[in-house]
Order: sequence, then structure tokens, then C-alpha cells
Amino acid sequence: MEMFLGYVKAFAIGGLVCMIAQILINKTKMTSARILVMFLLLGVFLELVGVFKYIENFAGAGITIPITGFGSTIVKGAKEGAKIGLFEAVTYGFRNMAGGLTAAIFFGFFFALIFRSHSKKA
Amino acid sequence: MEDKQYMEYVHANAQKSNHIVTLVWAFLVGGIICCIGQGFGDLFKFALPDWEKSKIAALVSMTMIFLGSFLTGLGVYDKLGAKAGGGSIVPITGFANSVVSPAMEFNKEGIVLGMMAKMFVVAGPIIVAGTVSSVVSGLIYWIIGLFN
Repeated sequence: MEMFLGYVKAFAIGGLVCMIAQILINKTKMTSARILVMFLLLGVFLELVGVFKYIENFAGAGITIPITGFGSTIVKGAKEGAKIGLFEAVTYGFRNMAGGLTAAIFFGFFFALIFRSHSKKA
Repeated sequence: MEDKQYMEYVHANAQKSNHIVTLVWAFLVGGIICCIGQGFGDLFKFALPDWEKSKIAALVSMTMIFLGSFLTGLGVYDKLGAKAGGGSIVPITGFANSVVSPAMEFNKEGIVLGMMAKMFVVAGPIIVAGTVSSVVSGLIYWIIGLFN
């Protein structure tokens, strides 16, 4: 039951985050690059001020699957590294991006090779 | 004249209802994608009990990025995106889509200058924003650490 409730919360908060993005798209005609950067920085900000973990405890994947979660892991890495030294402080954030970036770039390359573009401008 | 007013009324209402329809789509699709992510999280926690939390989270992201890339390759994700808007852009699958979609489109202009370069049309700003915030927040935590 508790697990089921977790999914309801993830659905509700995740949906809400995406709906806020859609409101911005409708009202300002922002492109997806701007939206993604904005929500990434929102995640960075929420993690820096220490609010992110409360939202994450409540919503789980509802806040970590949107790109806000990517922003938050960057700051978590930086925080972790800062405990060790200056070099680690400035590089461990990128280390936390490594998994996602590697996957996106590798699969991007791989799938662009094997799939033909479905020209959407037709 | 009445006709014209009526047409204006209809048009205004149609726009408003279109606006609401896009919000509902974004909410539903975004919510479902997050639930799928939550599902992978629970699955990996069960299957890999000795992995730390941050590693599980990274693995979930990578799985979702794989799915987003694959569905983009099949041409499904862009079709979904036409309806879902923000619901398909903001989740991490949308980040994958923003890499794979231009990579596929510019593949015909050559592997190096087409696909490999244009892959970062949307992802580039995200990587720059992420890297800069990583360094800045690292410096903030390091400086705070000096006083503790």
C-alpha cells in the first residue's frame, strides 16, 4: 500500500512539474532547450538551498526523473567532493553527470547510426 | 456583426480549451514517465541490494535515457512529444530525445560535422549549465568548509 502511494505521489508531482513547463511553453513560446536549462538550474537551486531532499522524500521519482533531478545530483556530487579538497570540489559534480551524459551520447551516436530520420518536417 | 462577435467568442474559447488540453496531456505523460522511473528504481533496489542510493539513481537515469533514445530512434517519442509537450521534454527521457533527434536528423550531413556536432544543439546548453553550476556549487561548499 505504501509503495502504491509512492507511485501516486510520483505521478502527481512529476505531472505537476511537467505541467508547469507546459504553462511556460504556452505563455512564452520557450524552446525545449531553454525549458531544460531552466529546470536543470531549478534543481541546482533547490538542492543548494536544501529543499530538494524534502521534495524527494515526498515525491521520489516525481522530482528525480524530471531534469531537476540531474541538477540535484550535480550539486550532491560537488558537496561530496568539497569534503575532500578543492580539486574534488570542482570535479565531483561533473563526475555525477557522467552516467547520464555517457548514456545520452553513446545511445545518441548508436541509434543515429542504425535508425533513419523520420523527417518530421514533411 | 453578431456573427463576428460569435466567431471571436468561439475562437477565444477554443484557444483556452486548447491550452487546457495541452496541460492535461503534459500532466498525464509526465506523471506516467515519472512512475516508470519509480518502477525501475524499485526494481533495481530489489535486484541490487548492495548498491548505494546514488548509484541506483544514476542507473535509473541511464535506463530512462536508453528508453528515450530508443523510442526516439523508432520515431515514437517525437510523435508523443507533439501531444505531450512539456510532459515529454522535462523528464530525463526528453533530454535523451534532444540528443538523439538532431543526431539522426543531421546524420545525412556527415558523421563528424553532421551527427556528432549537431547532437549537442540542445544538450550543449544543458552540459554548460550543469558544468558551471557544478564548479560554482563545489566552490561554495569548499569555502563554507574552510570556516567549519
